[in-house]
Amino acid sequence: MTTSFLKQPNPDAALPDSQGRFGEFGGRFVPETLVAALDQLEEEYHKAKQDPEFQAELDVLLRDFVGRPSPLYFAKRLTEKCGGAQIWFKREDLNHTGAHKINSTIGQALLTLRMGKTRVIAETGAGQHGVATATACAHFGLPCIVYMGEEDVRRQAPNVRSMRSMGAEIRPVTTGSRTLRDAVNEAMRDWMGSVEDTHYILGSVVGPHPFPMIVRDFQAIIGRETIVQSQDRFGRLPDAVVACVGGGSNAAGMFFPFVAQTDVPLIGVEAGGYDDEPGHHASSLTYGKPGVLHGSFSYVLQDEDGQTDDVHSASAGLDYPGVGPEHSHWKKTGRVEYRSCRDDEALDTFDLIAKTEGILPALESSHAIAKGMEVASERGKDEIVVVCLSGRGDKDADEIQRLRSEQA
Amino acid sequence: MSAIDDLFAQLKSEGKKAFMPFITAGDPDVEFSSALLESLDEAGCHLAELGIPYSDPIADGPVIQASYTRALNKKIKLESILDMTAAITPKLKMPIVSMVSYAIIYRQGMDNYLKNAIASGISGAIVPDMPVDESAVFAEKCRALDFSLIQMITPTTDRDRAIEIAKQASGFIYYVSIAGITGERNELPPELIENLRWLKTQTDLPICVGFGISQPKHAVALKEVADGMIVGSAIVRRIASVEEDSESRQEVIDDVTEFAKEMMAAING
Repeated sequence: MTTSFLKQPNPDAALPDSQGRFGEFGGRFVPETLVAALDQLEEEYHKAKQDPEFQAELDVLLRDFVGRPSPLYFAKRLTEKCGGAQIWFKREDLNHTGAHKINSTIGQALLTLRMGKTRVIAETGAGQHGVATATACAHFGLPCIVYMGEEDVRRQAPNVRSMRSMGAEIRPVTTGSRTLRDAVNEAMRDWMGSVEDTHYILGSVVGPHPFPMIVRDFQAIIGRETIVQSQDRFGRLPDAVVACVGGGSNAAGMFFPFVAQTDVPLIGVEAGGYDDEPGHHASSLTYGKPGVLHGSFSYVLQDEDGQTDDVHSASAGLDYPGVGPEHSHWKKTGRVEYRSCRDDEALDTFDLIAKTEGILPALESSHAIAKGMEVASERGKDEIVVVCLSGRGDKDADEIQRLRSEQA
Repeated sequence: MSAIDDLFAQLKSEGKKAFMPFITAGDPDVEFSSALLESLDEAGCHLAELGIPYSDPIADGPVIQASYTRALNKKIKLESILDMTAAITPKLKMPIVSMVSYAIIYRQGMDNYLKNAIASGISGAIVPDMPVDESAVFAEKCRALDFSLIQMITPTTDRDRAIEIAKQASGFIYYVSIAGITGERNELPPELIENLRWLKTQTDLPICVGFGISQPKHAVALKEVADGMIVGSAIVRRIASVEEDSESRQEVIDDVTEFAKEMMAAING
């Protein structure tokens, strides 16, 4: 890949450190039972990274099975409508299974086989990661169990059907808020008793080290391709890059290769829900504080005792009270600016993109596009804003109709 | 010497093993927890583990999770738990150890948590989501205050690491009997006894076994190699059925206390 025009080497490329820390964030706050499995995963990942055969196998799968590279698409009518900078979409929605999640599940399934493990578990919120995991497992013939909050099983029914078609077993989670956070808890509990033969394919850049690093690295193909495509199309880097942040995997993948290019502003968009009251949103970086959740130290939405807050987002994939530790590091260092987008802005953006571009964006991605439009309208016509369109919105059509009828 | 060190020194001189019930603080309310602690103490339990309810306990099985959820649904606060222990601990012979997530300790601040816990009569902590790699700072603070930091060793811990953990731990070592979450098991793993025998050759700290221990036959099987046993879910399950009326409360307290006596008879009988 040609990256000679990149201005600076990446000073953060060495992160996380050997303790799994991105600055002060990250680490490994898990029961002792899981430590050996995390050590094994870290060791195997480092070996795989150095192994040309692993890289070659992954590259072929990403090309022929996933369909990479994903296009960089000019949203012409949307740009005209906003009247500012050109808006381009990085089309992760065109990947096999319709989202960026498969970039990581294929890589992690290969790691599963390398470790000699014979069973896979995963959590899912919107169901995109569940589908991507079920897909990778079907491809390699691995048994797959997906933990999914009961509330999400209801609002993401099409993805539940896809997972079952590919042979995955769905275990609805009925504890706590019955959403993504509880699905992570249940997957971790399963793993506590199954570490010997099971790999947990975690879906985002969250959780204990080495997951935030591994998932980021597998997702970084998004940013690397965007850099090459920008060079081909524009002969330079974009003027701003925007991505949505729940746990933060598509954003980490998009941002990481750009982090050293300090003149490219990076904007992460969190779920703003109804308003900024606790429980009404899922904006950990905007309204939360550093704390511990799901094995890592990062920004989190908690009460004064340290109990995790219930959160809300119209988008199941952003409905999470924590965020990846590297995002916390980028917030702290100021390298990434984080904004928050309300449910109704995201819903309006879904409608707008459907009608002006003929694309149904996922509700998660609609958050990024809404703020991408804001960023574009602040900039001149010769500037370029790239938005990560992380997934397709077919899965959301029923839920959007339901939300709209509630509003009516 | 913390109260826990004193306890094990005394048990050793008497040739006895420790029985440690686990209860959730504030399930169904702090008044009940307080009355139950008093009853267990009178029955002769050696130490109590007090679970501080946490919203996301990944090491816990359904019984303890449900108990935490019940307490949290009633808006239990750390402050009211510590007020309860401050009032009850002067009346108890047995020391109290808190089972508490690092999420809760971090939010209070380590120093603040330790100050308040010690002022409330708590003698030590088990922090299930703070493995030895992350515990150096907290362990140092605990040592300076003579507050025991009980660390866990599990079947997935390799032997070199187990030795490292034993060096950092104080009070006693919590040996987790199975790779998995808390909850009652009928059978204990066959390699458990051998693992405990090996660990005893590596440390002077008492070794107590928890996770899955729920029947008198487990106590009989383990008493030769363990210095104590921890029973959680088998007790918390009995509390799940408690009703608001005082008659039901007394029945549950009697039932749990009776069970504790059976276990103690199996351990030291």
